[in-house]
Amino acid sequence: MTAPLKDVTPAERARSTSFYEASARTRLELLLDAGSLIEFIGPEQREVSPHLKIFDLPEQFDDGIVVGHGRLDGSPVFVAAQEGRFMGGAFGEVHGAKLTGLLRAAREIGSIPVLILFDTGGVRLQEANAGELAIAEIMRAVMEARTAGVKVIGLIGGRSGCYGGGGLIAGCCSALAVSEPGRIAVSGPEVIETNRGVEEFDSRDRALVWRTMGGKHRRLLGAADVFADDDVQDFREAALELLGLVGPFGLDRLKAEQERLAGRLRSFGACGDAVDIWTAEGIADAQAVPEMPADQFIALANRIGRTSRDAR
Amino acid sequence: MLDEIIASLFPDGHDVRCDKGVIHGSATLRSGGRMLVLGIADRTALGVDEAIRLSGHLLDSIGRDSGAILVLVDSDSQRMSKRDELLGLNEFLAHLAKALIHADINGHPTIGLLYGHSAAGALLATGLATRVLIGLPGADPAVMDLPSMAKVTKLSMEALQEKAKSTPVFAPGLSNLAQMGAVHMTWSNAASLADQLEALLADMPTAQDRRDAFGKERGGRLKAAEIAERVRDLALQVR
Repeated sequence: MTAPLKDVTPAERARSTSFYEASARTRLELLLDAGSLIEFIGPEQREVSPHLKIFDLPEQFDDGIVVGHGRLDGSPVFVAAQEGRFMGGAFGEVHGAKLTGLLRAAREIGSIPVLILFDTGGVRLQEANAGELAIAEIMRAVMEARTAGVKVIGLIGGRSGCYGGGGLIAGCCSALAVSEPGRIAVSGPEVIETNRGVEEFDSRDRALVWRTMGGKHRRLLGAADVFADDDVQDFREAALELLGLVGPFGLDRLKAEQERLAGRLRSFGACGDAVDIWTAEGIADAQAVPEMPADQFIALANRIGRTSRDAR
Repeated sequence: MLDEIIASLFPDGHDVRCDKGVIHGSATLRSGGRMLVLGIADRTALGVDEAIRLSGHLLDSIGRDSGAILVLVDSDSQRMSKRDELLGLNEFLAHLAKALIHADINGHPTIGLLYGHSAAGALLATGLATRVLIGLPGADPAVMDLPSMAKVTKLSMEALQEKAKSTPVFAPGLSNLAQMGAVHMTWSNAASLADQLEALLADMPTAQDRRDAFGKERGGRLKAAEIAERVRDLALQVR
């Protein structure tokens, strides 16, 4: 028998709720302090995509993204959460403009951080030009906000992963937290297979997809600084941890990132598979990484110690 | 074609070279100043190896030199391969875009010159990461080509081509991207590129991103500027 709802604390609910399975709204409700979310241009305003009807496709009243203001452990934060179940969380004109506006405000204020809960396949093809440009505007707005001292944290663990231009925006963030199912890439598995053939990448080989693009690999590479278990409470704690770690952006960061990425090419550029990279990183039983429970994996990743801190 | 473009841009001399698709060098402007020139040529795919060279040249230069930066673009899409994704292509492309944006807001105004093809992640990391993106006649950018889009949307090519006539929002092409606000202007092939470059440098727009406003003025993106502005206003009120 389940306990009556009133006896369950928000933290317990957040702990027992899968980030992967939850909707964008549930993620925000449980990630932020209870009842603190104020949404900007919510679904009641019905600001839908003006382009989907050209293709006779259904619209969604929030265009697949929730943006607003809330509190995290009492401190103000701006938040944006993509809904991966609507058009694969893809960026369209309205969807993207909401995030751009949020980042521009954060830049002007300078002191309130931004959390972006990515869940996206990239550009929404039916409005490809508007979506591509929205992503370019968001990248610019992220960097202008960071230049003004704003911390921009990406949380990645949704159904649609973080693909295409979403991967580039994630690369612009101050820091990332990722869970095992939180894939980060530019070209998706199907795109690579379609363009280069199944010999290059078999998109139906799920194990290959996870170990090439999944959260464990991204954490071991140092692309993400925190590995979260797949529950909303873990992402909340990860966001708090990262907000405490992130420093200001500047040219020194870019130079350090140049070194970090060039070093990665020197060390692993000839590796054919993620397992080869993990082995080269000194993991004795690299084959066991995909099956490793989260707590053991976190200990391993911390021991390897690759991080993008101060170098992104 | 690249040689002709560079010759027309920089009659006063340059040392711009193209090596395995990566363009790098510097050029003398008519005003006597110097300009860093970067880019990707020959419809080369932008992968981790190309991106790290471009960002390296850029970062080497911006601490040392002053002046504007030109980014020439005739690329494929991002390199679609297992190796590039395994190594974190999203970080390499983002890093290049970040370096361009950082340069632009710190005294090195950036100009993109799209003279051939480009698409998807390659365009985001190059031309769309500059302050002013110029198109040359004949440039053919495509976020996604129509055959691929036909596959994804399950519509026929004929149906897509018909829809493309009435909206610039999804169809490939320079004029469509211009109407969305992505391309500031298209230069003429008939006039000297050096003259057009000097005119632009003499009257450079501010670093503020106004692409959504252009998209509205040109009728390509009617909602983006207004939605962004409304969210911004609401967010400024709530603090």
